[in-house]
Amino acid sequence: MKIAVLSGKGGAGKTLVAVNLASVAKKSTYIDCDIEEPNGHLFFKPQAVREEEVAVLIPQVNHDLCDGCRRCIDFCRYNALAYIKERLIVLAELCHSCGGCNLVCPQNALAEIERPIGKIQTGISDPVTVKTGFLNIGEASGVPIIKQLLAGLETTADSLTIIDSPPGSACNVMESVKEADYCILVAEPTIFGVHNLNLVYELVKLFNKPFGVVINKCLETENPAEKFCVENNINILARIPFDRELGLLNSNAEIAVRKKEEYREKFSALLNTVAKEVRHEAAAYSQR
Amino acid sequence: MKIAIPVENKTLEANVSTVFGRANYFLIYDTEREESVFVDNLAQSSAGGAGIKAAQTVVDQKVNALLTPRLGENAADILEAAGIKIYQAINASARKNIDAFGDGKLSLLDEVHAGFHEHGDN
Amino acid sequence: MKQLLILSGKGGTGKTTIASAFIKLATAKAYADCDVDAPNLHLVNEWKTEPKKRDYYGLPRAEINDELCTGCDLCRQNCRFDAISKAEKYMIDPFSCEGCGVCEYICPAQAIKMVPSVDGELMLYSDVEKAFSTAQLKMGSGTSGLLVTEVKKQLKSVNVGAQLAIIDGSPGIGCPVIASLNGVDMVLIVAEPSLSGISDMERIIKTAAKFGTKTVVCINKYDTNLEITEQIEEFCRRHDLPLVGMIPFDFEAVKAINNGQTIVDIDCASGTAVKEVYQRTMESFA
Repeated sequence: MKIAVLSGKGGAGKTLVAVNLASVAKKSTYIDCDIEEPNGHLFFKPQAVREEEVAVLIPQVNHDLCDGCRRCIDFCRYNALAYIKERLIVLAELCHSCGGCNLVCPQNALAEIERPIGKIQTGISDPVTVKTGFLNIGEASGVPIIKQLLAGLETTADSLTIIDSPPGSACNVMESVKEADYCILVAEPTIFGVHNLNLVYELVKLFNKPFGVVINKCLETENPAEKFCVENNINILARIPFDRELGLLNSNAEIAVRKKEEYREKFSALLNTVAKEVRHEAAAYSQR
Repeated sequence: MKIAIPVENKTLEANVSTVFGRANYFLIYDTEREESVFVDNLAQSSAGGAGIKAAQTVVDQKVNALLTPRLGENAADILEAAGIKIYQAINASARKNIDAFGDGKLSLLDEVHAGFHEHGDN
Repeated sequence: MKQLLILSGKGGTGKTTIASAFIKLATAKAYADCDVDAPNLHLVNEWKTEPKKRDYYGLPRAEINDELCTGCDLCRQNCRFDAISKAEKYMIDPFSCEGCGVCEYICPAQAIKMVPSVDGELMLYSDVEKAFSTAQLKMGSGTSGLLVTEVKKQLKSVNVGAQLAIIDGSPGIGCPVIASLNGVDMVLIVAEPSLSGISDMERIIKTAAKFGTKTVVCINKYDTNLEITEQIEEFCRRHDLPLVGMIPFDFEAVKAINNGQTIVDIDCASGTAVKEVYQRTMESFA
C-alpha cells in the first residue's frame, strides 16, 4: 500500500501527517520526495545511513571532431550549449538530458557523461525505513531524484509506504503521486488553505487517484476548508485540532506519536481509516 | 570598437534593460563610426537559459565590450570566454551609457550573480 | 522603482499574510505575487475589477498525427522522459513531455510536431493609481521561472509612478525563487521557529547571498517555540543579518484572513507587531 501525502503549499502539515502515519505502522517505509527542502529526516534522525548519488547524463564534447556546425545549439530548447571562440561549451545545469544534441550531431562529436545533481540517503529509524532525496543547491529539476526514490518499491498488500510529496502541483508532485494507491491531502482551515487544497484536489482528480482530506490546525471558529469538502463531496479523513503541544513537538522535529499515547491513538485511527479506504477502493476497482 | 547594450526599445534614448537575458533588443554601437544597429534578442522568450542564448547573440556580433547593469554567471562565463569585457552600466539611457563609457567613467562589472536557471521542472 | 521581495524558504510561514499587511501599510502602488504554483495574494486584496488575463506559453509539447504515424517506435525508444506510450496507437503524456523535440527530429514520417502549449495564466489588475500582477501555473507544468519573470515584467509594464514594489515570492530554493530574486533591491525573510524552518531559512539565505542582495529577517509566530526563536536570533547575529522584528502567534490573524482582511485592518497583536517589522524594514531599505 503506497500512500502519498500532499498539500497545495508547504506548511499545512504534510510532513507532520506523513511522519506520524509512518511511525504508527508496525513496519513502514517513509520516502521524502520534498527534495528541495527535505525535512522528514530531521524527525526520524535515521541510523545506519547509506548514501547513493543521483546523476543525470550530459553531453561531453570531443573538440577534435566538432566542426562548429551549431546544429546542436539550434536544436537545444534549453539553451544549454554555446559556441565560443571555435569551441562548443556545455552549460551543465541547464541540460535536461534529452540526448538530442547527440542525435543531431553529424560528426559524432558528442558523448554522454554522468553528472551528479543530488543524493538519496536510506537509513533506519526503527521500525521505519527512511529514504530521503536531496537536490543540490542551485539545481533546477529534482524529477530524476524522485524517479529514483520511487523506483523498485516493494508493493505487497501489507507493506506500507508513505510518500511525502513536494508542496504545490508542479511536475515533481505529479511524479511523486503517479505510483500511489491513495492520496492524503492536508489542508489548513483558512481561505488560503482552501485555494491551495483546490490545486491538489484538481491534481488527484486528474490522475484518478482515490483520496481524502486531513484538515490540520482546526479552530473552533468557521472552517472554510471543511465547507469546501462538504460542497465538493470530499471525504474528510480527520480533523487535527490546533494544539500548542503538538505544534511545539512538531517544531522541535519530534515525532508526536512516539512522545504521547494520545497522539499515537489518533494517528493509528487515521491509518486504519486510510487502510479501509484503500481496501474499499481495491474492491470497487476489481468489480468494475 | 563595438559595444553591446541590452535595451527595451530601438532608440538611443531607451533605458538600459535590467535583465540581460530577457532584454528586448541589443544595441550594437560602433564607437568609431558612431553607428548603431539594433539586434532582436531571440533569447527573450526562451523558457530556459535565456542568458546563454543572449550571450551567444552578443558574441556573434563580435563586440569588444558589453555594458549591462547585471549579469548571470553562465552568460558571464560565455562572454569572458569570448574575451568580451563587461562593464557596469549606469541606470540611464543607452546614449548616456555610451558617453560615460567613452569618458572612461564605467567600471568593470565586479559582481556576477549566480546562475539564473530558468529551467523547466519546478 | 525599488523592489522588496518577501521570501520564506519553507511554505506556510505567513509570507502572504505579511506581504498583504506591508502592501496596506505602504499603500503600495505596485505589487506582485510570484508564488505562481499556489498564489494567494489575490485572496486578500481589494480589487473590484476583473483582471486582464492572458495565456502563458512555456515550452512546446509534442503531438502525434495518427494518420502519418507508421508505428516505427523510434520516438518511444528515444524519449528520455518516458512520455510516449504505445497501446493501440502512440500517445504522448503531456505531463511527462519536457518539450525537447527529440521525437519530432527522429520521426521518419514527420508525424510529430512540437506545438505551443498553455502552461498558465497571467493576470494583471490595474487602474490609474495602482497595479497588481499575478499568475497561476497550470497543474503539472514546469516552467515557472519564466512565468515569474513574466509576472515581474507585467508589473513593470504599467506605469503608476510607484516608488516601491512589494513582491510576494515563492517558497523553496529552486528556479522560481531564483527568478523572483533577479533585480530586487532587498529581501525580507519570514522565518518560523521550527527545526524545519531553520534549515529551510539557511538554504534561502545562501541563495540570496549568491545574488548579493541585502537581506533582513523577521520571525513569525515566534512564541510557538521560544527556544528555536533564540536559535534564529543567534543565527542572524552570527551572519550579520538584521532581525527586524518578531510577530506572535495570533488567532485573530486567522479570522482576519478568512474575512479577506489584512492583519493591520483589525486591532490585534500580530498586526501591531507587523507594523514595527514594516517600519524597521523600510529603515533598512532607505
